[in-house]
Amino acid sequence: MREVLEGSQAVARTVARCRPGVVCAYPISPQTHIVEALSVMARTGELAQCEYVNVESEFSAMSVSIGASAGGSRAYTATASQGLLYMAEAVYNAAGMGLPIVMTVANRAVGAPINIWNDHSDAMAMRDSGWLQLFAADNQEAADLHVIAFAAAEELGMPAMVCMDGFVLTHASDVVELPTAEQIDAFLPPYRPTQALDIQNPTTIGTMAGPESFTETKYLQHLRFLDATGVIASWSDRFREAFGREAGGLVARYDPDTLDRDRMAPPASSDDLVVVAMGSVIGTLQAALEPMRAAGIPVRLVGISSFRPFPGDALREAIGDSRHVMVIDRALELGSGGVLTGCVGRALAGTRSRLHSVVAGLGGRPILEASLQEAVRMALDGELGRLEFLDLKEGGVPTPAAGATEVAR
Amino acid sequence: MTTVHIPFLQTGTLAVGGRLLDDAERSVQSHADRPSSLTKGHRACQGCAEALAARWVMDTAVEAADGKLVVANATGCLEVFSTLYPESAWKPPWIHSLFANAAAVATGIAASLHAQGRDDVRVLAQGGDGGTVDIGLAAVSGMFERNDDVLYVCYDNQGYMNTGVQRSSATPASARTATTPAVGRSPGQAFGQGKSMVKIAMAHEIPYVASATVADLRDLEHKVRTAMSIRGARYLHVLVPCPVGWGSSSSQSIALSRAAVQSGIFPVVEARAGELTDVQRIRERADVEEYLRPQARFAHLFKPGGEDALARWRALADANIRRYDLLGERS
Repeated sequence: MREVLEGSQAVARTVARCRPGVVCAYPISPQTHIVEALSVMARTGELAQCEYVNVESEFSAMSVSIGASAGGSRAYTATASQGLLYMAEAVYNAAGMGLPIVMTVANRAVGAPINIWNDHSDAMAMRDSGWLQLFAADNQEAADLHVIAFAAAEELGMPAMVCMDGFVLTHASDVVELPTAEQIDAFLPPYRPTQALDIQNPTTIGTMAGPESFTETKYLQHLRFLDATGVIASWSDRFREAFGREAGGLVARYDPDTLDRDRMAPPASSDDLVVVAMGSVIGTLQAALEPMRAAGIPVRLVGISSFRPFPGDALREAIGDSRHVMVIDRALELGSGGVLTGCVGRALAGTRSRLHSVVAGLGGRPILEASLQEAVRMALDGELGRLEFLDLKEGGVPTPAAGATEVAR
Repeated sequence: MTTVHIPFLQTGTLAVGGRLLDDAERSVQSHADRPSSLTKGHRACQGCAEALAARWVMDTAVEAADGKLVVANATGCLEVFSTLYPESAWKPPWIHSLFANAAAVATGIAASLHAQGRDDVRVLAQGGDGGTVDIGLAAVSGMFERNDDVLYVCYDNQGYMNTGVQRSSATPASARTATTPAVGRSPGQAFGQGKSMVKIAMAHEIPYVASATVADLRDLEHKVRTAMSIRGARYLHVLVPCPVGWGSSSSQSIALSRAAVQSGIFPVVEARAGELTDVQRIRERADVEEYLRPQARFAHLFKPGGEDALARWRALADANIRRYDLLGERS
């Protein structure tokens, strides 16, 4: 059934239909609507056989999720920004212990200065935590990715983050078709923990590993992470077969002319400038690039669906013969450039590609179609630098004039 | 012919054994088939009261739960000495996650079991004073406030012993630690600092709060059994002398625990829903010196200039005796 839903509602209902045993969260904008909706469903019984736990911090939200997952339940939580960083220690811990928790990150900037609006700084800070990080381009994909995330996480014994842009997706209403409970029951295998606190088979979980075994433990985690690429691709394929639409995968390809998502789209050619992006800015890029293509401008769009594991091979295939790449970065590696650009650069190492990092939309700054089009034109004209800040106000932050009572807007 | 009445105490601090008791009344440890939850091979120091307390607590809890007990452990000595991969000294299902989150992990386990309809499986969380009183307090308080079905046990050795004896907010006044050295005008931990976790727990008005020591293991066992007979959030605070951190002989751990109680320094109490319900009276009052002098961390109190601090210790003991009526003067 197609319906108009707020992104948070779409995610909450889909999560409920995945039948988590424990949902635990601490409120933080812009994640709140998701956990509010789940708390209602837990009270009405729509979320059956599930414990909804209100805790005193994100650190405890992740810790309760760890206990719940180790206790043998499918566990879910959601957070953003400062909350994700406040739970950071437990985020790493969950991955190290191989607990397949699924967490929505309603992507938001990290302070100071405090800023509640969208960018990807929060998720990027957790890029090496050992979690799968799947990025949604729109509300439909945000909902669908949760089904894929539970399936992949549980097969791998590895936690998964579904990253969706705060406010831009979480608070925006859009037409979506949610997977029904029956469809998910048929698609998602029942939760079978690979390790659990079982009184019949007592185990010790979370032992100390000394220098003689720590490297090997991390190496095994690394190998498992390499497996994750295939597992994510496989579950996304199965999702497309079961639900008849694309969601997730490793890299999203787009038709050269319609800019619609199309996994059969050809790789870029040597004349093309390839724009690589992640999250909701893909929608803006689709709108911005379509008229440029119609005008004969050689530009292509590639989306990163799985940021962790980073799909280097799939990205190189999609980029094809192009040696000119522009990355739209929603997070900044201070003193260096965009975080995503760093990953793309590593994937393209040895290909002699020209790489531009365009840092855009930090702390909720709107990313305008016209600004993206201008960046593309400049790149093709050889006028775009290696690191650019989209719509940067020259002269710095406006300051109030002497005697003024508020900042001019 | 004169007869001398000799009491053979079967329980309590001065017990000579349980042989005259009915089998059901004997301690868990007196049975050949005791659970041995914390079993041999661990790396605790000689005289470690935490290892002793943890064994008694866990065995009692395992028995009370009919073998169905799951344990969440905070980072600390107890975790480090028992689980260096690939070895483990724990028999029940046991998880260590982080330093500050044992209470929250336990909440998650309890929620998971409840969602699975497995309320027959019980959950115990445990940690040291650092993981409970300091870094883990928010999670402990949250677990209390929600009245989650968890028994939380704090083994209080009054400092960060695992990392080399630094000060915690459970470190007693004037104690020398690596971060409160016994130098300067006010040597050791400052007077007037620190917090009473038992009072903090009681303020949450949870169903059951108790304190205990390893000097009276039957009492410890009784309190664990009582706690396990209750549902909801429960808290047990056990004083566990640490020979390394306290600078005491490894043979003194029981004696120091007893001196702490008999001097009035460590009140052994029980409380329900925030109300004090039982206090262990001082049987034979000891001077605080009996508790302080065998510990090198208090050595500066017995040198010239230590008189003031010693007087303040006596005042602390007197205040406890008054507050909890430890001498039974009011009843």
